[in-house]
Formats: sequence, C-alpha cells, structure tokens
Amino acid sequence: MSLRIVVCVKYVPDATGDRHFAEDLTVDRDDVDGLLSELDEYAVEQALQIKEAADDDAEITVLTVGPEDASDALRKALSMGADKGVHVEDDDLHGTDALGTSLVLAKAIEKTGYDLVVCGMASTDGTMGVLPALLAERLGVPQVTQLSEVSVEGGTVKGRRDGDTATEQLEASLPAVVSVTDQSGEARYPSFKGIMAAKKKPVESLDLDDLDIEADEVGLAGAWTKVDEAAERPARTAGTIVKDEGEGGKQLAEFLAGQKFI
Amino acid sequence: MAEVLVYVDHVDGAVRKPTLELLTLARRIGEPVAVHLGPGADTAAATLAEHGAVKVLTADAPEFADYLVAPKVDALQAAYEAVSPAAVLLPSSTEGKEIGARLAVRIGSGIITDAVDLEAGDEGPVATQSVFAASYTTKSRITTGTPVITVKPNSAAPEAAPAAGTVEQLAVTVAETSKGTKVVSRTPRESTGRPDLTEAAIVVSGGRGVNGAENFPVIEALADSLGAAVGASRAAVDAGWYPHTNQVGQTGKSVSPQLYIAAGISGAIQHRAGMQTSKTIVAINKDAEAPIFDLVDYGVVGDLFEVVPALTDEVKARKG
Ligand SMILES: Cc1cc2nc3c(=O)[nH]c(=O)nc-3n(C[C@H](O)[C@H](O)[C@H](O)COP(=O)(O)OP(=O)(O)OC[C@H]3O[C@@H](n4cnc5c(N)ncnc54)[C@H](O)[C@@H]3O)c2cc1C
Ligand SMILES: Cc1cc2nc3c(=O)[nH]c(=O)nc-3n(C[C@H](O)[C@H](O)[C@H](O)COP(=O)(O)OP(=O)(O)OC[C@H]3O[C@@H](n4cnc5c(N)ncnc54)[C@H](O)[C@@H]3O)c2cc1C
Repeated sequence: MSLRIVVCVKYVPDATGDRHFAEDLTVDRDDVDGLLSELDEYAVEQALQIKEAADDDAEITVLTVGPEDASDALRKALSMGADKGVHVEDDDLHGTDALGTSLVLAKAIEKTGYDLVVCGMASTDGTMGVLPALLAERLGVPQVTQLSEVSVEGGTVKGRRDGDTATEQLEASLPAVVSVTDQSGEARYPSFKGIMAAKKKPVESLDLDDLDIEADEVGLAGAWTKVDEAAERPARTAGTIVKDEGEGGKQLAEFLAGQKFI
Repeated sequence: MAEVLVYVDHVDGAVRKPTLELLTLARRIGEPVAVHLGPGADTAAATLAEHGAVKVLTADAPEFADYLVAPKVDALQAAYEAVSPAAVLLPSSTEGKEIGARLAVRIGSGIITDAVDLEAGDEGPVATQSVFAASYTTKSRITTGTPVITVKPNSAAPEAAPAAGTVEQLAVTVAETSKGTKVVSRTPRESTGRPDLTEAAIVVSGGRGVNGAENFPVIEALADSLGAAVGASRAAVDAGWYPHTNQVGQTGKSVSPQLYIAAGISGAIQHRAGMQTSKTIVAINKDAEAPIFDLVDYGVVGDLFEVVPALTDEVKARKG
C-alpha cells in the first residue's frame, strides 16, 4: 500500500520585510508580502526524498491553514513536486492561536488520511516550534521531532535529533508526526516543468463546517491566549562606530572596560 | 498563596541556570513547586530550595530516558493533578516547549512560548514576548485553563530565597501510548569547558568573515579571555567551520547575554532574531555598511584579524 504523507506548510509574512501588527493585534498580512515559510521548504524536501526512497510509491499532500493568499504556499510546494493540496480557509480562522491551529490541522489531517505527517521545525513568524508536538498529542501518534536526518522504511520512521545536551537516534512506527530542521538538507528549487505541472494539480478547499469545528473553537474569539499589547521596539540609539586605524582593538577594550565587562 | 509548577531542567541533578530564573519568576506569581524528573533529585533539591522551591516533586523511571518527551508529559500531568497550580512554567528549550505544548492540550489550556519576562496581573500572569526578530515587544496572557508558559534563558537574574524544598515522591504511570518514540541511542555532547551558549553572560561569535575553521581560534581566544561562550553565524556553520550547536539565530540558539560581540557577521535578519535582545552589542566588520552596525552600542570598522587579537591582548593585559 502506498505511503500517505501530509506536509504542513505555513504561509507567513516575508521575514526580510518590515513586519507589523494590525489594530486587532494580529499579524498585519497586508503590508508585507507572504510566502511559504522557508523552514517548511525543508519539510517538503524531506517528504519528496521519502517518496523517492519508496520508489515513488507514496503520495504527498500539502496542507495549509490560512487566508486566501496562503494558496501561494501550496503552489510553491506543489511546484517542488508534492502531489496535491488541501487549503483550510475560513473567515472565522482569523487570529487563531497555536492550540486552535493544531485542532484544525489535526482534523484536516484525519480527514485527508495519513501515515506520516511532516512539519517544519518552526514557522518563521510565530517561531513557537510546538505545532508538531501539539499534533502528535491530538492525533495520538508518536512525535519524532526536530530531526536533522530522517528516513522511512517498512513502516518505521527513523531520525536524528540534535538536542541541547545530546544527539539522539529516534525510531517510531507509523503513523507518526515528524518535524525537520534546516540541517536536514537544502530544499530543491522548483523546475520550470514543476511550476507548470503545479498549475494542474488538485487543491481541495475546506472550511470549518467540513471539519466539524465550531466557529468559537478557533479565531480571535476562540483563542486561549490574548495579546494585550504590541509595541514596536524603539530604534536603538545610534552606537559609537570607530574606524580601525591601528587602535581599534584598544578603543574597543576601553569601551568594554567602561561598561565593566573587563 | 497559589502554587506554581516549575519544570526542572537538569543533567543528573545539576540544575541548569534557566530553571533558577524560572523559580525567581515563579515567586512573582505564587509559591514555586519544582518538578524534578530523572535521577539526582536529592542533589537538585538543595539548589531548588535555596532558590525558593517550597516543594520538590520527583519521579524517576527508565521511560524518561528510553522514550521521547511523552513520558515526561505524563509525569508533569501527574504533578499538575496533585497540585492544581496557578501556572506551569518551563524553560524554552526544545524539550521544554514540546512538553508544555502536549500538557496544554491535555489540560485544556493555552500556551505562551518564549516569554522574556513574567509578571502577576489582575487576570493571571502576563508574559512579555520579543517577536519578529525582536522588532516588537508584546504582552500576552492565557485566557483559558491553567497558564502554560515557557521562558527563554537569561530572562531574569536568579535570586536566592531559601524555602523548605521538601522532597516528595510523585506517583507516575507512563501510558502505553507514551512509548511511541524510542530513543535508540544518545550521545552526550562533549564539553568544551566554555560556558553554555544560551546561559553565558558574554558571547563572542564569528561569521563568514572568519574565513575558515583554522581561523576560529582567533574568536575562541577572545572568548576565553572574557570567559565567554563561542557562537557562529549560519554561514560559518554551513561552511563546516564550527559546529551547528554553536549557531546563533532563528534556527540556532537564541541568546540574550549581557554582551554580544559579532566578528565578521553581516547581521542578516535570521541572525538578528537570535541575538537582538542582548543587552550590549559590539561588532567588528570591515564593511562600514554592514547592517549589524545598526544594532551596535559600539562598532569597529576594520579587519577582524587585526582588531580581535589586539582586543584579546588588551583584555588579558587589563585582567592581569
Ligand atoms: C509573533 C507571534 C507570536 C505568537 N505567539 C503565540 C503564543 O505564544 N501562543 C499561541 O498560542 N499562539 C501564538 N501565535 C500564533 C501562532 O503562531 C499561530 O497559531 C500559528 O498558526 C501556529 O504557530 P507557529 O506558526 O508559530 O507554529 P510552529 O510551531 O512554529 O510551526 C511549526 C510547523 O507547524 C506547521 N504549521 C504551523 N502553522 C501552520 C498553519 N497555519 N498551516 C499549516 N501548517 C502550519 C508548519 O509545518 C510549521 O513549520 C503567535 C503568532 C505570532 C505571529
Ligand atoms: C530560514 C533561514 C534560517 C536562517 N537561520 C539562521 C541562523 O539561525 N543564524 C544565522 O546566522 N543565519 C541564519 N540564516 C542565514 C542568514 O540569512 C545569513 O545568510 C547569515 O547569517 C550570514 O552569515 P554571515 O553574517 O556570517 O555571512 P555574510 O552575510 O556573508 O557576512 C560576512 C561579513 O563578514 C565581513 N567580513 C569579511 N571578512 C572580514 C574581515 N576580515 N574582518 C571583518 N569583517 C569581515 C563582511 O563584510 C560581511 O559583513 C538563515 C537563513 C534562512 C533563509
């Protein structure tokens, strides 16, 4: 039987742009272009490699929860080589927090059917890095997370986790949720052929009704966390900058001594 | 007074500094009850008591080491049920965040990650986060359930506040479903003898400008003269000049030391995401236009191979 892989991909504001909060203290998505979170490209890449290792006897579905424009993230993933997309889109999703997002993703993953869920290590906007663990808990399957190497063979997923104090080799039976780091291997660029093919690949659109989720379980109103304040960090007061003309090291030592670091 | 669970990060009973910071923050919102899983609780208890833990709940089981994360969630949940705390605090490590997340689902609570400060508020604890690569500071709280909050290292100065620290055994049953992810092997990281990157008061980082693994000793020598940890940019790590465990930035370690020195690092947004909350920032770069200079308190435009060794000599001379 063929391996069903679901890759979770997030549509995020470009980190190199000037990101802001909107008046309701959610991310302002209008003032900066969005894109597929770069860290999710690694997830798509690993899914593609797992499929290739399975002699292509696998199907990759890319899944996103996000506004209309989030379909851009799906297209990018499809152009890299994923087979089909699922887009959960609903006005009531605006302002959903991590618990809510994990609920929606889990229901969509169950509806799609899966043997393996692949996520990025963290999004580049919220950067929580908890969604994969939340999904494993909700789906009741093993979490094999923060992997710098991953492989699947005969119903078992194996991976290497470079933790804070040790490197661990992990193993779990499918179905499972994995997340991969940016150490897992560079993501491929979509080819022209891939970009053309992506246009014809199916993308299923789902709303909260389709997933039996009530509007008050998600969105700003359903969030279990509340942002009360978001203040732009004041610009740093301009520091002292000197040009090294032979005395740079000494001048710097002087500064550090003045600050009591030496 | 309400009790606050504090998840203890330790290596065989040696409590890591972020946990002492958590205890300090926990005292602002209630009475800290420490949860120590794995070996070494007796050693840890003294340190935990000294920093305000009224109680130390402990459990040890082979499952904590043999399987990933989930058995520890079972244990923390048992502690939660025993205590009914006002909040649960964990360190913002990979594991701390994952344990907190799964507990939040189980107890029906919201979660806030990567807090950099914590205060008592009228409607529960208020967490400060530094987001979008530290370009925004937010204040948030949890509106449903028992607040689960993970806190970044260096968010508070640990304060001594002696308390009883009575050690109590926690009864834990590890569920079959928590044994899904086997830890087949574990290779502890070799110690370099330098301070831990995330906990260090001073960090000296090198980037592409260091131009080769063979030149990193220039960075290390400065770090050693200051008693600092060594960091690296992703460009230096990707080139194989320094281990990934030393990478500072969005996909590396996030550091918030008293002093951060960047040598030969341009200051890309992903690097800034991991160091922008440092108290004092210093850069050495030969390009006066490098974006890192926008952040600095003090910058030297110059060749790091001239400036860094001169600085190292000067530090050594001054320290005598
Ligand atoms: C600056 C900022 C701070 C935030 N802080 C909090 C907080 O403290 N608590 C809280 O509850 N919420 C918070 N949120 C909201 C949270 O980011 C969203 O709920 C988000 O959808 C899930 O978190 P993440 O993207 O940070 O997840 P991460 O856990 O960082 O994402 C890991 C992976 O999960 C997958 N994934 C995540 N979101 C989606 C999605 N929408 N669609 C498909 N795949 C996805 C991707 O594979 C991603 O790589 C914050 C948001 C922002 C912008
Ligand atoms: C999803 C994603 C995640 C990322 N995560 C991280 C991360 O966690 N951490 C990170 O650092 N980057 C990260 N990056 C990469 C980041 O975008 C930059 O590419 C990287 O930070 C550049 O490293 P650098 O500053 O060392 O190199 P460069 O940008 O090449 O800068 C080198 C600097 O050295 C200076 N220089 C050269 N020679 C000398 C000399 N002799 N003396 C003094 N100065 C000299 C140059 O003037 C230049 O400014 C990430 C990127 C992406 C897309």
